[in-house]
Amino acid sequence: MGQIGRDTHMLFIDAFLQNNRLDHVTQVMGYHPTYLDIFLRTQNFILRGDGPLPYDYRHFIAIMAAGRHQCSYLINLQKQEFLLQGGDHTWLKGLSRIPQKLRDLYDINKILAHRPWLLNKSHIEKLTKGKDSWSLAEVVHAIVLLAHFHSLSSFVFGCGVNEELDQDGGHHNGSSDSAPPLGSSPRSVPSPTPLSTGPSNRDAEPWLASMSPVEQEVGVDMLMQRMKSLSERAEEFSQEEKTKRFEHVENQSVELSPGLEPLTQLKADIGHFVDDPTFLYQDFARRGEVSDIPTFRVQDYSWDDHGYSLVNRLYNDVGNLLDEKFKTAYNLTYYTMGGRKDVDTSRFRRAIWNYIQCMFGIRHDDYDYGEVNQLLERSLKAFIKSACCYPERVTKKDYDRVLREFRHSEKVHVNLMVLEARMQAELLYALRAIMRYMT
Amino acid sequence: MSRTTCITQDGPANALALNKDYSQVVIAGRNVFKVFSIEEDEFVENCNLRVGKNLNLNFSCNDVAWNTIEDHLLATAATNGAVVLWNLNRLSRSKQEHVFMDHKRTVNKVSFHTSEPTWLISGSQDGTMKCFDLRTREATRTFYSNTESVRDVQFSPQLHHVFAAVSENGNVQLWDLRRPDRCYHQFTAHSGPVFACDWHPEVAWLATASRDKTIKVWDLAGKPSLEYTIHTIASVGHIKWRPQRKYHIASCALVVDCSINVWDVRRPYIPFAAFNEHKDVATGVAWRGDPHVFLSTSRDCTLYQHVFQDASRPASKANPQAISLNSKGDMMYACRVNMNPVRGPAKLSSILRKAPLHSEQFCQASSVMHRFLCKTPRETQCFHECARRYILTGRPLTDICDHNAAVAKDLNRHHVSLVWSVVKTLYSSKVGDFGQQIPSGNVSREETGLGVLQTTLGTSTGLEPIITGAGGDGDQRSLLGGGGETPRGAMSAGEDETETDETPEQHINGRMGLGNLPIPQGDFFFGDGEMDPLSVDFDRMNNGMMGMSLSNGLLGGSHMLLDAQTQQDWTLPSEAFPLRHEIQDRSPPPEQFPNHGSPDLNDHDSQPVTTEDQPSSLLSVTAIPRLGLWDPSHIMVEMLKHHASLGDVQTSTSVLLALGDRRRSLTMLDEATQEHWLLGYLDTLARYQLWEVGTQVIQLAWIPSVMQLNQQSTTVHTSCGQCSKLLQRTGWLCDRCHSSECALCSVCHQVVRGLYAWCQGCSHGGHLAHLQEWWEVNKQCPTGCGHICEYS
Repeated sequence: MGQIGRDTHMLFIDAFLQNNRLDHVTQVMGYHPTYLDIFLRTQNFILRGDGPLPYDYRHFIAIMAAGRHQCSYLINLQKQEFLLQGGDHTWLKGLSRIPQKLRDLYDINKILAHRPWLLNKSHIEKLTKGKDSWSLAEVVHAIVLLAHFHSLSSFVFGCGVNEELDQDGGHHNGSSDSAPPLGSSPRSVPSPTPLSTGPSNRDAEPWLASMSPVEQEVGVDMLMQRMKSLSERAEEFSQEEKTKRFEHVENQSVELSPGLEPLTQLKADIGHFVDDPTFLYQDFARRGEVSDIPTFRVQDYSWDDHGYSLVNRLYNDVGNLLDEKFKTAYNLTYYTMGGRKDVDTSRFRRAIWNYIQCMFGIRHDDYDYGEVNQLLERSLKAFIKSACCYPERVTKKDYDRVLREFRHSEKVHVNLMVLEARMQAELLYALRAIMRYMT
Repeated sequence: MSRTTCITQDGPANALALNKDYSQVVIAGRNVFKVFSIEEDEFVENCNLRVGKNLNLNFSCNDVAWNTIEDHLLATAATNGAVVLWNLNRLSRSKQEHVFMDHKRTVNKVSFHTSEPTWLISGSQDGTMKCFDLRTREATRTFYSNTESVRDVQFSPQLHHVFAAVSENGNVQLWDLRRPDRCYHQFTAHSGPVFACDWHPEVAWLATASRDKTIKVWDLAGKPSLEYTIHTIASVGHIKWRPQRKYHIASCALVVDCSINVWDVRRPYIPFAAFNEHKDVATGVAWRGDPHVFLSTSRDCTLYQHVFQDASRPASKANPQAISLNSKGDMMYACRVNMNPVRGPAKLSSILRKAPLHSEQFCQASSVMHRFLCKTPRETQCFHECARRYILTGRPLTDICDHNAAVAKDLNRHHVSLVWSVVKTLYSSKVGDFGQQIPSGNVSREETGLGVLQTTLGTSTGLEPIITGAGGDGDQRSLLGGGGETPRGAMSAGEDETETDETPEQHINGRMGLGNLPIPQGDFFFGDGEMDPLSVDFDRMNNGMMGMSLSNGLLGGSHMLLDAQTQQDWTLPSEAFPLRHEIQDRSPPPEQFPNHGSPDLNDHDSQPVTTEDQPSSLLSVTAIPRLGLWDPSHIMVEMLKHHASLGDVQTSTSVLLALGDRRRSLTMLDEATQEHWLLGYLDTLARYQLWEVGTQVIQLAWIPSVMQLNQQSTTVHTSCGQCSKLLQRTGWLCDRCHSSECALCSVCHQVVRGLYAWCQGCSHGGHLAHLQEWWEVNKQCPTGCGHICEYS
C-alpha cells in the first residue's frame, strides 16, 4: 500500500468511514483518485443523502439493479446495507415478498438495464398513476439508483472485482487475491468473480477464439500513429458517408455479440431477485425494421442542456454531482498511453465513449464514427461491448486479453468510461421519457 | 395591427430568424428548414430549403441567422460542425451556397455582424469561435476560448469590432476582432453553463442566461458590473431584449416551463408579461422590430406570432395582500390600496410602496403595510404557556387531562380547562360505575369555614375559587413555595383526586396568600352546584376512596387555607421539572413533600366552573355523566370543532393528541379536518419558535403526511465528546482530535462502528451485545466508574 498516493489514501479513509469497509471497487478505482472522489460523493449521496426514497428502498433498488446482471458482489454488499438500514429481511427472500410499489419499478429496471431505447412515457405514467403510486421525484431517484448500479455492475465485471472477504466466495479464489495489492504486480487487479456456475468455469472463450486468431494486435505505437494521422487528415466525407459509418459501426457491433445462449441458469441466491432473466441486450441496429424507434440524437437531448436541468429539478442537486462525475470521467487523462508520455489521448477516449453510446443507439452528429474502427481494435470493441451489454459474461481472461500493452490503471480507466458512458446513456433515455411525460 | 397567429410543422424548429425589414421569417431545425412571409393573418410558405436528394446533416440546424444587410443571405449552424451559407437568390432548387467545415464539433450559434454584411461569426462545441469572410469564403480568424464549449456569440451593436461569447463554464468573454490571440476581458457570470447572451440595442448592457435559472444584466461600459438579476423557475435557453423598451427582455426556458416571459429587469420576481400559447418549451424568440409583436418557435412544432394584447399579465394575478405574525402577537399586514392610501386608525406605522411608473403599464400596484402591535399579550401568552406546559402523552389520560385542565385554568382559560375536564370525564370513566358511588366522608374542614363536603351527587355546593395568576407563569412557582407570602397568589383549588386506594392519604395544608388579587376582575369563580357532581362522580367511580379538596376563598379575604387530600396523584409542576419520565404513581420521592402545596396543579378534576358567560353548550355537558350508555363522540366533535372555529386549534389538537388511540371513535371528524388542525397548530408553534413542542406534536401525530414532516431533510450529528466538534463523516471518528476515543466500547475497548448503547447515568457504553452480556452478571458500569447502571 506504500505506493498509493496521499490523496488516494485520504479517499480510502473517507470510503472506509462511509462504508465501514474499504470495498474492492473503491480499491480498484483508487488508481484514479480524482474520479474516485466524485464517485464516492455521488454514491454516498444517492444512497445515504437527502432524497425522496426511504433508505431501505434505495438499497433494495440497488439489489434489483445488480440482479439484472447477476452481480453477486454488489448484491451481497447491498443486502448488508439493506439490513443495516432496518430493511425487512423477508424482502430478501425475493421479489414476491416486496411491496407492490417496488415491484412496479421492475419493468423499468429491466428495460433500462438492457434496452433503454424502449423506455417511453407510458412506463413513467404507469408508475405515477394509481394507488400507492410513485411521485416523480421518487421515480427520478429510483432511476438514478438503477442506472448507477447497472453500470457499476459493468465495472465490477469488467475489472474482475472479487467478492469481499467476509462474503461467500470471498476466499474461493485463493486468499492471496482477496485483498488486491494495488499496483504492485501485473496480477494486482483481482481475478474474476468466482461465480461457481458463472462464466469462469464455463468454457467462455469460444466466441473470442472464434475471432480470427491471426488478427494482429494493434499496438500502442500503431494506435498513436493512427491518432496522429487522423488529426492531420483534412479529408472530408460526405454526410451520407458519415451516416453510413455510424450505421456501419452499429452493425459491426452486432457481429461482436458473443454467440452464446443467454445464461438461463441463475445462481440460487440471485435468482429470486431477477424476473424475466431472458430479457437481455439486443443490438440496437437489430431492433428491427418495423420498429420506429429512431436514433437518439445527442444534439436534441443532451445531458448538459436538458438532462441536468430536469434531474436537478426533481431530485435536489444530484445533477451537480452527476455532472461533475460525467465531466471527470470524460476528461480524465494523464497524457500517457501504455508507458508513453505526453500523448493526447482525447481521440481515443472520445472513440470509446461514443462507441459505448452508439451501442445504445445514441448518436453524436458531430462525430465521425469511422474513427472508432480506426482506433479501437476488434478485441477491445468486443471487450467494451461485453462489459457494457453482457457484463456477466466478462471474465478475467477477457480483461487480460485486451489492451495488452496498456497498464492496469489504463484498463481500469477504460472500464470507468464504460461505467459513465453507459450510465449517461441510460439516464438520457430515462430523463427524456420523464420529460415527455411531463409535457 | 397583427394578431396572434400560428402554423404547425412536421418537426420542431431549433431556431428562427427574421429578415431586416421583418417581413419574412426562417425557421430551422433537424427536420425542418423553411422561409415564411408574414402576412396579415397568417404565415405563407415562401420557400422550403430542405430540398434535394442529399439531405445530410448539413441540413440539421442548431441555429439560423439572416444577414442584416443582404436580404438573400442566410447562415445556419449545423449539428455536425458545419456552418452553411444559403443564398435565396439562387436559381436552382437547392439554395445551398457554401459549407464551411471548419469546426470539429457541433456549432451552437451563428451570427452576422450588424453593419458589415460579409462578416459572420460562429461559436462551437469545440470551444472555438470562427469569423468567416463571405467574400473570400473562408474562416479568416479563429478565437480559442479555452473552454469546453461556446454556447452563444454576438456582435456588439455599438462597438464595431467587439463581440461577446458565453461558454459552458459560466464565463463571459469579450473579444476584439482585431486581436484574435486572446480576449480582452473575461469574467465569470454564472455558476452553470451560460446558454445565451444578448446585447442591449441602445446601452452597453449585455444580458446572459444560464442553467442556474437566472438572467443577469451586465453593464459593460466600464468594468463589467452586475446591474440586474432575474430569477426564473427553470434553466433559461434564450433571451432577447425588447425593442424600444429599455428595461424589457424576453426569455424562454430550456425545460419544464413552456411559456415565454417578458421581464422588466427592475422587477425581477414576476414577469411583466407571459405568453402561454406553446405546448412545449420554446426554442427561439425574435422581435418584429415592433415592441408589441414577436415570433417564437417551439418543440411542439409550431411557429407563433405573439402580440402583446394577448399576453397574460402575471402581476395582475399576483396576490396583493400578505400577512405575517410574530411571536409577540404583532402583526404586519400589507394590502393593495388605491393611489391614496387610507390610514387606518389602528395602525401604528405605515409604509407606502409604489411601483415604479413605466412608459408601459406594469401592473400598477401600490400597497400599504400596516403594523399592528399587540398590546394585550395575554392571548399569546396563554398560547405559549399552554403549548409549553401541556402534557400530551406518557401518562394515563386522566392525569393528562387533570394536568392540562390545571394549566388552562391557571392561565385563566376556563373554557379550555373545562374541555379537559370534560374529556377526562368522558373518556376515563367506565360506564356503569356511576351507580356505585360511595359517599365518602373524608373531608377536612378548613378553619376558614365555607368548606364544603362533597359527598353525593348534586349535594355539594362547593365554592371553588379558581384563582389565576394574571401575571403569568412566575406566580405558579412562587405559589408552590408555599406560604402566604406570595404577593400575587394565584391558585386554583380543585379536588385532588386519587385513582388507587392503596396509598395513604396525605394531608396537606397550604396557605396561600391572596391578598392582592383584585376581586372584581373575576378571578374568582364560584362553582355551580350542578357542576360539582361531575367531579364527585368521578371520584367515586375510580376508586371509591375519596379524594377531596376543600378549597375555599374568602371573598375579599386576605388569605385562604387550602386543605387538600392528596394521594399519590400529585403531579409535579411542569415548569419546574422537565417532563421526562412518566412519574410513577406509587413512589413519590419523599423530598417532594415539603413543598407539596401544589394542589392547584393537581386538581385532577378541576372543578368545572360556570359563570354567566359560559357557553351554554358547555353547560349541557354537565348532564352527560348521568347518562348510561351514551356515545360521547358526537359532543366531543362538536366541542373540538367549536374551539377550532374560535381559532383555538391548540385545544382541539391537544385534546386529539392526548386522546391517543381513543380518537378513533371520533368517526365524525374526518381526517382532512384533523390534518388541517394539526398543521395549523404546528404553524403557530413554529411562529412562537416552540420547536420542541412542534416536534413532539409531529411525533405524536397519527396522520402520515404530518408524521413525515420530521423525516425530511433532517440530519442529526453527534459531536465529539472531547472537543465537541460535529462528527460529520462518521459517528466514531473525530476529525479534529483524530481519535475514536469517544466511540470505544467500555467492555472490549474496540471502536464501536454501529449502534452505541450507553448508560444515561454515567454516559459510558459500548457495543449493545457486550453491554447486554455485562449486565447479565454485573450491576456496575463496566468502566469501573462506580455508577450502578442497572438502576438508571
